Amino acid sequence: MATHDMADAANLLVIDRLTKRFDSGAGLFAPRRSMTAVRDVSLGVSRGSVVGVVGESGCGKSTLARLVLRLLEPTQGTVHFDGVDLGKLAPRDLRRARRRMQMVFQDPYSSLDPRFTIEQVVGEPFAVQGEALPPGRIAELLDQVGLAGEIARSYPHQLSGGQRQRVGVARALALRPDLLVLDEPTASLDVSIQAQIIKLLQDLKQDLGLTYLFISHDLGLVRYFCDRIIVMYLGAVVEELPSPSTEPRHPYTRALLDSTFSPDPGKRRHLASLTGEIPSAFNLPKGCAFAARCSRASSRCLSERPTLTTHASGHRAACFHPIVADEKEPS
Amino acid sequence: MGLLEVDRLSVGIGRLTLLEEITFEVDRGEILGLVGESGSGKSLTALAIAGLLPLIGARVTAGAVRFDDTDLTRLDEYRLRKFRGRRIAFITQNPMTALDPLQPVGEQVDVVARLHLGLPADVARSRTIEILTQLRIPEAATIYRQYPHQLSGGMKQRVVIAMALAGEPDLIVADEPTTALDVTVQAQIIHLLTSLVRERGLALVLITHDMGVVAQCCDRVAVLYAGRLAEQQGVRSLFAAPAHPYTHALIDCIPKDGMARGSLTGIAGSVPSVAHFPSGCRFHPRCIGRQSVCEASVPAATALPGGAVACHFPLNGDARHG
Amino acid sequence: MTGAASSARPALRDNLFARAFRTKTGAIAGGWLVLLALAAIFAHLLTPYEYDIQQLSAAYSPPSLSHWLGTDEFGRDLLTRILYGARISLSVSVISIGLSVLAGMVLGAAAGYFGGRLDRMITTVIDLSWSFPEILVALILVAIIGPGVTGTMVAITVAYLAQFARLTRAQVMAIKSETFIEAASGLGASHRHILFRHLLPNAITPVLVSGMLATGDAIILEATLGFFGLGAQPPTPSWGAMMSSGTALLFKAPWIIIFPGLAAAITVVSINLFGDALIAGLDVRSRPRVE
Ligand SMILES: Nc1ncnc2c1ncn2[C@@H]1O[C@H](COP(=O)(O)OP(=O)(O)OP(=O)(O)O)[C@@H](O)[C@H]1O
Ligand SMILES: Nc1ncnc2c1ncn2[C@@H]1O[C@H](COP(=O)(O)OP(=O)(O)OP(=O)(O)O)[C@@H](O)[C@H]1O
Ligand code: SF4
Ligand SMILES: [Mg+2]
Ligand SMILES: [Mg+2]
Repeated sequence: MATHDMADAANLLVIDRLTKRFDSGAGLFAPRRSMTAVRDVSLGVSRGSVVGVVGESGCGKSTLARLVLRLLEPTQGTVHFDGVDLGKLAPRDLRRARRRMQMVFQDPYSSLDPRFTIEQVVGEPFAVQGEALPPGRIAELLDQVGLAGEIARSYPHQLSGGQRQRVGVARALALRPDLLVLDEPTASLDVSIQAQIIKLLQDLKQDLGLTYLFISHDLGLVRYFCDRIIVMYLGAVVEELPSPSTEPRHPYTRALLDSTFSPDPGKRRHLASLTGEIPSAFNLPKGCAFAARCSRASSRCLSERPTLTTHASGHRAACFHPIVADEKEPS
Repeated sequence: MGLLEVDRLSVGIGRLTLLEEITFEVDRGEILGLVGESGSGKSLTALAIAGLLPLIGARVTAGAVRFDDTDLTRLDEYRLRKFRGRRIAFITQNPMTALDPLQPVGEQVDVVARLHLGLPADVARSRTIEILTQLRIPEAATIYRQYPHQLSGGMKQRVVIAMALAGEPDLIVADEPTTALDVTVQAQIIHLLTSLVRERGLALVLITHDMGVVAQCCDRVAVLYAGRLAEQQGVRSLFAAPAHPYTHALIDCIPKDGMARGSLTGIAGSVPSVAHFPSGCRFHPRCIGRQSVCEASVPAATALPGGAVACHFPLNGDARHG
Repeated sequence: MTGAASSARPALRDNLFARAFRTKTGAIAGGWLVLLALAAIFAHLLTPYEYDIQQLSAAYSPPSLSHWLGTDEFGRDLLTRILYGARISLSVSVISIGLSVLAGMVLGAAAGYFGGRLDRMITTVIDLSWSFPEILVALILVAIIGPGVTGTMVAITVAYLAQFARLTRAQVMAIKSETFIEAASGLGASHRHILFRHLLPNAITPVLVSGMLATGDAIILEATLGFFGLGAQPPTPSWGAMMSSGTALLFKAPWIIIFPGLAAAITVVSINLFGDALIAGLDVRSRPRVE
């Protein structure tokens, strides 16, 4: 397996063979069970790029985000940020390192303390880092995310979802970070607001030279917004696409793509229907986790787990029977 | 003449008017998409069709809902029940809560057929298994005996659809039937639902906020904005040449293949809440084409080929294509 | 800390109490409590009598113009003794419940926030004391410490602690899983910051309200201990002890038991009503949206 080059100066973030296991509490009657939410994930995020992570609900996207920011301790593996192994930092230094990497959360409703005014929310990073709040900085930040200054004195419940999400972005930007981890920042918003926020993120990236790890379940959105795409299935990376327009090799990525409804009635597709059930994460099959739903599965897929293999520069897929370039997927 | 005709329907709660003069129709074998952003009144419209407004304390204040030439808004609860569940099936926005956790799912489907078609228990049971099989549920006889918590989201959703089909309805009103599901499962369910409608000649009102879903499976589309109908058209002309600026903007909010970075801008502002509906055209504060008349007066619905639009300055064909 | 987060709690008190006073029952009940508290504090200015000077010639006088509520078996003015008794009743119950809330919150917050073995230890002790009625816990403690004001206060503090600790723990556990807590640690916040800026301010309101309600119970508990002669010792007046001495004289001089009883009853009811008004005002999220 390819391990990323730690010394690669172009990579701001390097994740190496990251694994997180959760043990469900053994109750009086329930036996102890463990599930692997993130399995052996490696990836590098180069400075100034947008890397997208896409996958269905429960595949471990948020867990990966938390591991990257060290909000969770990994079971195995390392995260290097700007060459520094976050796992080796003392709690104090980790807290200090946090100012350079920030997260925007999925739910704009619960990610702001209901008792804080917007001013306090956006000023909190300074309080937390024990730093004096530069005068005018709050107004500047609110302006940067397209909010009117008057909003500073309101409470989160007085704002709409889109406005709150902008506040979340302003808070993340407060300490001028280098990396933003965006965990489905638009999943709970209307499309018109989603497009606004995506535009905002794009402008901010340009103006501030930010690097994004962008998590989403919407392949269409990820293909629009990201430079490189990581596809996850049940905790593991199944495919890594070097560009949004790369034709997928993995049948799961193909299925995801075919399940996206194109907003063009002229191009109606016979929707590829995946059959079979998603296996339980507590009880993963021995072979390929996708085998039960895969039209290409062979007996090898049921008994052996495929690993990521490189198909072209930057294009890796974990499949024994990848889709070859000029092949049309049978429908 | 459609199977279902919603004619200048208005709905209110207390002194608030939540829906104003909604008009559209659906015929057998046809799928009508009802789209709009959160809070635009999609679920209210569905409840009004099913005669369930009293559940949330709302009522029809004007207009009619004609089903097979009967005005449902004039029926009492007793006579409404002859339609609801039997001829009109309703799939609610949160179908996961539509199942009783303490009863095997198959029996819950049986109940519908026994109640509405008066089938004996054993006939209802084999019919249920048949429907479940048609919905591509593997080993339907096993699933029949399972409880909701033993099924995945997509499977539960299929059971809910089976319940809707069990009464052999002529019309299905489905309120965001796949919103809570993963994209691959969503694709399956939508596919299933639409092919059923085509095969059996049912009429379907499909409520969704996803323009992609609309484009892929609907025949006609009604676009709601802030409790009013913005536009109604055939799906192809709607996407090729939206007449209402809101429809146009909404379509532009969806990332499409090969779209240049930065071309997605969204619609400025946000959907107004009922208490703060703007004067005149409710879309005017967010509309790039607005003029002073838009703020002053409510645009009346004007006819389009195969539809209608409510805008003082509808986009004309040339601008739409260009 | 810098200015931004240090004024994080303004929304709490001004709103809640002001709002409770603005309701009708809240105003009446709150008014009674404020009056009683003022009367107790300024008792020495309000009445010409001393609470402990016996005047046997005036014993058993029924209510009259000179003794509005009558006198007791030693000829002491009942109104005077009720006002001085209010000092004891109110201060003992308020202080003990205050201490109890404080200690309960510390224990509950520590258990809820840090979890693990600390949580199991605290929870075990708390649950043990929770499984006995307050009065039993209090009686055992007074038996150990000895009767008197201090004993009563310790007894009440400990008796109610479990309630507040449990409530705080539950609140903290619920709030701990909210995303804004995770957001704060993502900013690099310390445990102290998270506990004092986010968790406690969000958890405190229901605990304070239940503390308010418990103060009413504590007045009864204090009176009960006094009734059994375990509370404040004579000649210090306490409502419970006064009622206790009145029982024997129920038919001869019924006012001796009736008036302290009424005072206690009205106070407890007022506290409960005011507590209800507080709860009704608990929804701090009722401000309108801004567009
Ligand atoms: N703290 C935890 N304890 C136990 N299991 C957890 C914990 N956090 C996550 N999980 C489990 O790990 C799996 C992955 O969860 P995660 O939240 O990362 O998924 P996700 O891809 O972000 O999904 P979604 O799209 O629904 O947000 C899920 O099955 C979840 O139940
Ligand atoms: N019981 C009610 N009382 C007052 N207003 C209501 C009530 N039910 C709905 N509304 C209002 O009516 C409007 C339309 O609501 P509706 O549920 O139909 O929206 P929707 O289009 O289905 O939105 P969503 O996509 O979020 O489901 C909303 O603004 C909502 O606030
Ligand atoms: S009526 Fe005016 S404001 Fe409304 S959509 Fe048309 S142009 Fe825009
Ligand atoms: Mg997630
Ligand atoms: Mg709805």
